[in-house]
Amino acid sequence: MAAQDLSVFVRHRDGGIASMELAVDGIRCAGCMQAIESGLGREPAILGARVNLALKRVSVEWREALLRPEAVVDKLGALGFKAYPFVAERQEDDAVAEERSLMRRLGVAGFASMNIMLLSVAVWAGNSGDIDPTTRDFFHWLSALIALPTAAYAGRPFFESALRALKAGAVNMDVPITIGVVLALVMSVAETWTHGRHAYFDGVVMLLFFLLIGRYLDQLMRRRTRDLAGNLAALKAETATKLADDGNWTITPIAAIAPGDRVLVRPGERVSVDGIVEAGRSELDQSLVTGETAPAAIGEGERVHAGTLNLTGALTIRVEAAGQGTLLDEIDRLMSQAVGSRSRYVRLSDRAARLYAPMVHTLSAVTFLGWLAWGLAWPEALMIAVTVLIITCPCALGLAIPAVQVVAASALFKRKIMLKEGDALERLAEADIAVFDKTGTLTLPEPDILNPEALAPERRAEIGALAAASTHPLAQALARALGNTSPRTDVREERGQGLSAGKGDDEQRLGSLVFCDAEAEAVSVKTLHPGASLIAYRHGAYRTVLALGQSLRPDARATIDALRAAGLEIAILSGDRAEAVAPIAAELGIAHVQAGLLPADKLNLLDSMAANGRKVLMIGDGLNDAPALAGAHVSLSPVSATHLAQAAADIVFLGDSLAPVAAALGIARKARGLMLQNLWFAVLYNAVAVPIAIAGFATPLVAAVAMSGSSLVVTLNALRARGRKAFWEAEA
Amino acid sequence: MNIIVILFPLALGLGLLGLGAFFWCMRSGQFADLEGAAWRVLQDDDAAVPPSEKQAR
Repeated sequence: MAAQDLSVFVRHRDGGIASMELAVDGIRCAGCMQAIESGLGREPAILGARVNLALKRVSVEWREALLRPEAVVDKLGALGFKAYPFVAERQEDDAVAEERSLMRRLGVAGFASMNIMLLSVAVWAGNSGDIDPTTRDFFHWLSALIALPTAAYAGRPFFESALRALKAGAVNMDVPITIGVVLALVMSVAETWTHGRHAYFDGVVMLLFFLLIGRYLDQLMRRRTRDLAGNLAALKAETATKLADDGNWTITPIAAIAPGDRVLVRPGERVSVDGIVEAGRSELDQSLVTGETAPAAIGEGERVHAGTLNLTGALTIRVEAAGQGTLLDEIDRLMSQAVGSRSRYVRLSDRAARLYAPMVHTLSAVTFLGWLAWGLAWPEALMIAVTVLIITCPCALGLAIPAVQVVAASALFKRKIMLKEGDALERLAEADIAVFDKTGTLTLPEPDILNPEALAPERRAEIGALAAASTHPLAQALARALGNTSPRTDVREERGQGLSAGKGDDEQRLGSLVFCDAEAEAVSVKTLHPGASLIAYRHGAYRTVLALGQSLRPDARATIDALRAAGLEIAILSGDRAEAVAPIAAELGIAHVQAGLLPADKLNLLDSMAANGRKVLMIGDGLNDAPALAGAHVSLSPVSATHLAQAAADIVFLGDSLAPVAAALGIARKARGLMLQNLWFAVLYNAVAVPIAIAGFATPLVAAVAMSGSSLVVTLNALRARGRKAFWEAEA
Repeated sequence: MNIIVILFPLALGLGLLGLGAFFWCMRSGQFADLEGAAWRVLQDDDAAVPPSEKQAR
């Protein structure tokens, strides 16, 4: 066994201290947390270990001279936790910095709005009583002193986003916000200067405070998914056996493999790099890459792709940089083509802004001109027009959608579904046709026994023990299916034939039909399971033939039925042969089937569906599905999928079952319902508040009450679904 | 009314103190793991284990 090498993951600090971040599988409760921290703490070389329960990560510090990083992983293994080292991505650091800056702005806005409110309440009370104008001016100036720097600091994300949108010639929600904030501040300063009765400093800062909460929630959700996706990538723990400079083989994490390295892939292992075969000859199962289930022969000088499964012989591969392979090149090109169509989707909130911004601005201009025509002096008319802008400022709109997204994302997360894009919920709710890939999506990625009736229960153990002795992928799959991991030791393996053990009448054989002399028994099995690989077993006179093939994921049938009940049409687009797809389609009762498709064909078919006005939900896992996943209206991918497919999908679900697909659709529709409710509430609010403002009755007190009231209502409406299982599972 | 001249800076100062405390919390990672902290309080690893319980373990 080659040695592990984890040194790429270690961060070095002064004084000979090393530290490493690990994603840990199975931290669930406080007990695990304590077990890890105190267990690692007992090791003298380890200076400290701290568990982050929210992220399911551990950071460990140790004295570099005393311990190798592999020992830390082993130590955690001895405690009963599988740990996987982790490299934080650059992008993640940016997201954390962004979140911190939003949090800081939120803190400043909260502080300022509370203190200004303190002053404002005194002014409101005094205005209806007999406040001394000098005191009022003093209070207004104090408010301005707090509000102006706060608005400049806390409002920056909105100002910047509005400028970006205007430069691009578009309007987003931040444009009316910015105009409203700036005008209200200018007017309030002018009011204070002329010893006026009303200033809107409190309203402006409170507005920024509420809007920042919405912005922060949005950012929080995105970062949380990114963290968990990062954990998933680490949990896959992809390694390669690399030929080191000193001629030894070491097991190295993929992150540390460079182009030009030589990597050994044994039979039964999954190829983890792209490259050219330098030595060796084998057969590859390329189902994860192309969807094709029949093995393909490969020899020296030929190209292999990450994700394929090496079946028969050991291969030495020279690594090439990712993206240089011909297949990957093609897929990359298709991906960049596909992503363009996704970006055409306009988020619900931006669609609302497109309607909203021109309407509000026209309304306040009309108000200004109307009051002028009525005979009011221009400063007063302007003031009323600006109050219209303030009162319509989309405070509730800014919260309406992020609050629902956060609540829905946590409901999805409880069902082991991870949302990668916030607006994926909106898009998923709109889907009207579900397109499945076959291999690895409708079926499980690992082969399973298709005819369990051919297997006598008392034979399970002996067949399992025989199968476990081989590295052949089919034998391994058989051993896994039989739940046997303790191989017999006296097994002889004959290349390309099978395994045998024992002598004479007691001889046991497992392998090809010819090897076990079982062609007669195979005939009926072959007709029943045409796409499957057959494996025969002989013990003395007893013979049986097992069909191994891809079995449907658990709940596949129920999920398809649930999707149909939800009004979606179902289709299969597969890269596999038509003979292999047909039985699966028949079993699920799916009529719309196309097989033998290339990645480009899948994308073209999706594009033509989209051109016909269909909103396509694509569910796939292979490298060949990646362009289609990126090009679909919305896409899902199981966690067993290839890297590229997962990166292209909007939503990733864990586990073997297909049920999360239907659950995600249900929750997305519920969430969209809540979002629309919130948007309608915002419309209703404006319908009441705007006439009051136009009539000139909106004092700062009215503005403050209306704004905080409407924000509270939309937030509470979103939160009412929080933690309530029944809400999400009720019929839509 | 002169009391206001003293009281308002005082109130603002207290508010700023709170804001400063919030920033300190952020910088020192108090919000890094919101779930873990709730459980950590239940750990009794710093308390000496009574001899009778020690035998029971």
